Amino acid sequence: MDGFGIRIEGLSKRYGEGDTAVDALKDVNMNVAPGEVVGLIGPSGSGKSTLLKCLGAVIEPTAGKMTLGDEVIYDNGWKIPDLRALRRDRIGFVFQAPYLIPFLDVTDNVALLPMLAGRPNGESRKRALELLEALDVAHRAKAQPSQLSGGEQQRVAIARALANQPPVILADEPTAPLDSERALSVVRILNQMAQQFNTAIIVVTHDEKIIPTFKRIYHIRDGKTFEEKGQALS
Amino acid sequence: MISLAGRDILHSWSKFVLTGIGLGLLIGVTLTMAGVYRGMVDDAKALLNNSGADLWVVQQDTQGPYAESSSIHDDVYRSLLSLPGVARAANVTYLTMQVRLDNTDVRAMVVGFEPGQPGEPGYLIAGRHITRNHYEAVADVKTGFQLGDTIRIRRHDYRVVGLTKRMVSSGGDPMVFIPLKDAQEAQFLKDNDAILNERARTAANPTLNRPGVPGLLEAIQASQNANRNVNAVLVQVSPGSPPETVANEVRRWKHLQAFTRVQMEEILVAKLIATSAKQIAMFLVILAVVSAAIVAFIIYTMTLGKIREIAVLKLIGTRNRTIAGMILQQALGLGLIGFLVGKISATVWAPFFPKYVLLEPGDAVRGFVVVMLICALASTLAIRAALRVDPATAIGG
Repeated sequence: MDGFGIRIEGLSKRYGEGDTAVDALKDVNMNVAPGEVVGLIGPSGSGKSTLLKCLGAVIEPTAGKMTLGDEVIYDNGWKIPDLRALRRDRIGFVFQAPYLIPFLDVTDNVALLPMLAGRPNGESRKRALELLEALDVAHRAKAQPSQLSGGEQQRVAIARALANQPPVILADEPTAPLDSERALSVVRILNQMAQQFNTAIIVVTHDEKIIPTFKRIYHIRDGKTFEEKGQALS
Repeated sequence: MISLAGRDILHSWSKFVLTGIGLGLLIGVTLTMAGVYRGMVDDAKALLNNSGADLWVVQQDTQGPYAESSSIHDDVYRSLLSLPGVARAANVTYLTMQVRLDNTDVRAMVVGFEPGQPGEPGYLIAGRHITRNHYEAVADVKTGFQLGDTIRIRRHDYRVVGLTKRMVSSGGDPMVFIPLKDAQEAQFLKDNDAILNERARTAANPTLNRPGVPGLLEAIQASQNANRNVNAVLVQVSPGSPPETVANEVRRWKHLQAFTRVQMEEILVAKLIATSAKQIAMFLVILAVVSAAIVAFIIYTMTLGKIREIAVLKLIGTRNRTIAGMILQQALGLGLIGFLVGKISATVWAPFFPKYVLLEPGDAVRGFVVVMLICALASTLAIRAALRVDPATAIGG
């Protein structure tokens, strides 16, 4: 793949100051190309979530540089004034649990993001239905989240993450609550979506079942990342 | 943009409606309390209007006949009629007592009046006015008496010949109208045993029963047993005569107290029912605080139940004002449901109250505004909690 979906250079994050300071991330380097899905694995407390929160513009790193597409979004300070809009328009999130909004039906859960971005309701719903079609859950478009199976909920969550066509999706243990078959299915879908929408996807996981499916894996330990070549998903 | 508040309400409408009904019953009680106060004021005004008087002439240095007891001679009205500006004057007595029908007692204000004079019930809804000098009565429908019923007032039986409506005392007790002479007797005449005892005492008193003064004892005893007092004289002034001017004349020349309608209204509303009004005001304040606490608690609890969703909404870029708007709209929605339930409840149960409950549209509008303000205020706690939610909590770790 050419270019970068997201590139991280020398990223660090320190919590606290003085004697109580903790370096959660130390000189982290990563790059994920558009259309690529990479795994980010590491033991508990290794800094995975901190890295995800920095990438998601939820917390501010202490130092380093982050580039999204061809735009520097962080360089020892945020370069984007509206982080909320950044998260809404240019970063997709998939969580461990689907966290769908329980009082919105499936279509509106997906359409909510384009609506928040100011797109008309009709256009947003059309986009949502296209994504639900692509993820094979269009037949549940009018259902409430509570009426879906775990796998269906996660596919809707993926559709929501793709709703504003972000260049990058951050997936935080998206297969944790699923059995092997469904977990592999979700990874397969993520790969398809990455290719179809040219999106860079970072999947944080502990899940041994899906680790072999990544072409590239970043290990994180004590706040540092190490790259390892994986095997392609068959 | 879709209405997040509306969708949330629709999603959990049963919980929302049940909560609204609970709140509504509380609001209904609040509106009813306000209606009880309005009813008291209206009763007081009805009492004044129904008397048909422009002036109330009562015992000097009293605020009778409603707020304090007053006793004046029943021939005072003659001298009042001679004053310039006085068109009509009539004696009245008022006595709140238990009126017996068969084996039940009804608390009523017994009014003694002279037929055709001020003090007579203004209109009847059934039957006829009193035409005999004794033992006929006209009763307010709230007494529950029917035409032809025989009621007992003190030692005598009276036949109900007419029914009237909205004739109540300032305390809300329905009125029973009887002829003045009967009312004077009911109010002032002692029972037979007491009369015999009094006669014996007088006869045994050498000062009052002097051997050399024939007829003195009989005259004193007749005086003791006769009743020549009434509680007030109701005066109607001549057209063009200012009531205040006539009242000043009465005060100056007759050594009596005279109140105009405005003054009497002031006595009834500002003094007689002032304590009750303060009592009701306290209840209203407490109910408002309780309502606010309930709305705040419910909305806060509902918001805490959605903390994860709020974190996700914030993470995916929802504006704070959208989230705050969602909570505020829910609080207002709860208030709206509560107000509608409360208004309907108060309207349904108000007629069953023993005393008059007057639900004024103005109070309903003010109540609605207050409910909405309370709900908006109560939602701030939940909004504050929601805005404090860190979007990072949506991400594990």
